[in-house]
Amino acid sequence: MAERIPMIALSPTMEEGRIVSWKVKPGDPIKSGTILCEVETDKATMEYESPREGTLLKLIRKEGESVKVGEPIAWIGKLGEQVPDETEPSQQTPVFNQPVEVKKPLERTEVLPPETTPEKAPIPAMDQPLNPPVSPRSSTRSSPLARKLATELGIDIRRIPGSGPFGRVIKRDVLRFQESLGQIRPQKEDFSVVTPSPSPLGREIPVSGMRATIAKRLSESFFTAPHYFLRVAVQMDALLDARARYNASGTQKLSLNAFFIKLAAEALRKHPQINSTWKGTTIQIHGSIDIGLAVALPDGLITPIVRNCAEKGIVEIDRELSGLIEKAKKGGLKPEEYTNATFTISNLGSFGIEEFTAIINPPGSAILALGEIRKEPVVTDQDEIAVRRILRMTLSCDHRTIDGAVGAAFLKELKDMMEDPFRILL
Amino acid sequence: MPVITYREALNQALDEEMARDESVFLIGEEVGEYNGAYKVSKGLLDKYGPRRVIDTPITELGFTGIGVGAAMAGLRPVVEWMTHNFALLALDQVVNNAAKMRYMSGGQFKLPIVFRGPNGPAEYLAAQHSQALQTYWAHVPGIKVVAPATPYDAKGLLKSAIRDDNPVVVLEGELMYSWKGEVPEEEYLVPIGKADVKREGTDVTIVTYSKPLKVVQEAADLLAQEGIQVEIVDLRTLRPLDEETVYRSVGKTNRAVVVDESWPVVSVGSYVAWLISKNCFDVLDAQVELVASEDIPMPYNHALELAAQPSVSKVITAVKKVLYLGE
Repeated sequence: MAERIPMIALSPTMEEGRIVSWKVKPGDPIKSGTILCEVETDKATMEYESPREGTLLKLIRKEGESVKVGEPIAWIGKLGEQVPDETEPSQQTPVFNQPVEVKKPLERTEVLPPETTPEKAPIPAMDQPLNPPVSPRSSTRSSPLARKLATELGIDIRRIPGSGPFGRVIKRDVLRFQESLGQIRPQKEDFSVVTPSPSPLGREIPVSGMRATIAKRLSESFFTAPHYFLRVAVQMDALLDARARYNASGTQKLSLNAFFIKLAAEALRKHPQINSTWKGTTIQIHGSIDIGLAVALPDGLITPIVRNCAEKGIVEIDRELSGLIEKAKKGGLKPEEYTNATFTISNLGSFGIEEFTAIINPPGSAILALGEIRKEPVVTDQDEIAVRRILRMTLSCDHRTIDGAVGAAFLKELKDMMEDPFRILL
Repeated sequence: MPVITYREALNQALDEEMARDESVFLIGEEVGEYNGAYKVSKGLLDKYGPRRVIDTPITELGFTGIGVGAAMAGLRPVVEWMTHNFALLALDQVVNNAAKMRYMSGGQFKLPIVFRGPNGPAEYLAAQHSQALQTYWAHVPGIKVVAPATPYDAKGLLKSAIRDDNPVVVLEGELMYSWKGEVPEEEYLVPIGKADVKREGTDVTIVTYSKPLKVVQEAADLLAQEGIQVEIVDLRTLRPLDEETVYRSVGKTNRAVVVDESWPVVSVGSYVAWLISKNCFDVLDAQVELVASEDIPMPYNHALELAAQPSVSKVITAVKKVLYLGE
């Protein structure tokens, strides 16, 4: 039997994906694990491995098209098998307000009802749930518990991205989704509805997957981790001069962020308590120092991670970092390239920010916020006024893992290293 | 509380019931002069004499049939099979006579008989002597089947089996005879048809019985180190099955793994997994996993012999699957 292959959730928060390129063509033999296509998700471009074996019979969707999770993209079956030559108008251009779909329950196995509800939509009878239970033959995979939970919470399960095998929606997905909904809008409203409004009241914009993730993670961090903040001013002249000398002679221009990452890694090596994760009954002290750097994107932010920074030199860190940032801007970071930083740096210096505080990026226990480097008058040890280049930085710490003195000792170490980079060798 | 072996617990049960009720007698190969192939009947011939502890020739169908007849005539026989592998010869007496006579006589006959002996693989015994055959018994309406995994349960269930007016098959285990556990000095019974939660947990239910209990407990200890709290339901009785205890546990954890040392095809384990899938459908957050022996005759090679059976790592893998952890 030929089978439709649906778009699946390739990231935990993906609701639809754009087919960047097909890697197979009709007639190709398909094994379980064969890369079918590259899909741009809400976070990154991912490879879609085939969940089925057989022969690729037909491609339903073209390169460049966006496809909702659950909608079919291809047919796989036995060589020579015929597949229905269907055009799927309701998927290409969703036709709203068609009661036909409700009357033909079979169609619902492949065709999702329209996502949005226009003004003319029939008003459901009072005794009908707003989100009718998904028929068991729906192309959205979900665990029975997840379906029950979603019905109880009044959420249409087809809106929930699945993290289980083949995109199966499971209990934790429903709870996460519910949580993200709760932070954005009251329950029972279809938050995907875009309401363009010319009124002076402004307009509502849909929450992207990335935005929902940011909202959820940072709320969770800020509301569960007791934050406190430590500030220092660092004299940057020695470091900046050293970098200027290197960049003038060298072939590669080293970014300042690469220096910050390296210096932070060296300070973390001496203060491993900072490089940790609160786990409730235990504290994980990480063996590897994996530093994330917050990078702003048009619709959010992402933190590409340089792994094992203590074992790498500035040149290597800089090369890796520029590669990651480039990928991040194209949306091509893989999950393992942006998840589970053990420490994070956020640098708003280029925006002229004097100093700021950042919210800890879990699972890390601390984040370093860097302001602008600016010239300031300082009183030297000889009681003279001198002009120095000053960077103000703020360390946010999770008090569950890092006590004040521990955080302060780390920050002092880092400041000393930045003012006198030679100290790394000590 | 005294700590004794599974073997001693069974011996105490036989001894106490024979002392309590003169109609109880033991029959089987080597049960008398040799004190039992696995020493379960040690000392009973001396104590109760050859009329109540009867050595038989190697004739499983014959002495099982004698037992069935004696039960119909009003005695309470305990038939010892040297192993369940040999009991296959007696299948006809159990399935066609013992299991049917109460029903076919319209209740005029009672069948107060116990069939007992070691079931399941031990070690180095190869294909014909390393089989977990509980499916054969549990398949048949009219028989009760118990499968104790601890000395406490073994004694309490054997005593209940001897007092039951229906045929009861008791599944013991060669490797289990030396397992130790606390058994109270005062008399007690373990009711037939009651499962036991051997460990409380919140994350996943493992349903098991008999020898694999130990493997499951070891896996649960390791999983606890990773923060996964396993609830272990020991069925203890395979027929009638205590479904309620299983469903209550799965209702709490939303996930189930069934561990059974017999082959996976149409086994007790696959039946229990089906029951859970059907009756806990709305509370399951993952498919029900079954860890069974591999679907092959038991290899003689010891590495393959171990690989063919449920193991700690197989149980851990199944638990992680239903928790959506790992690959």
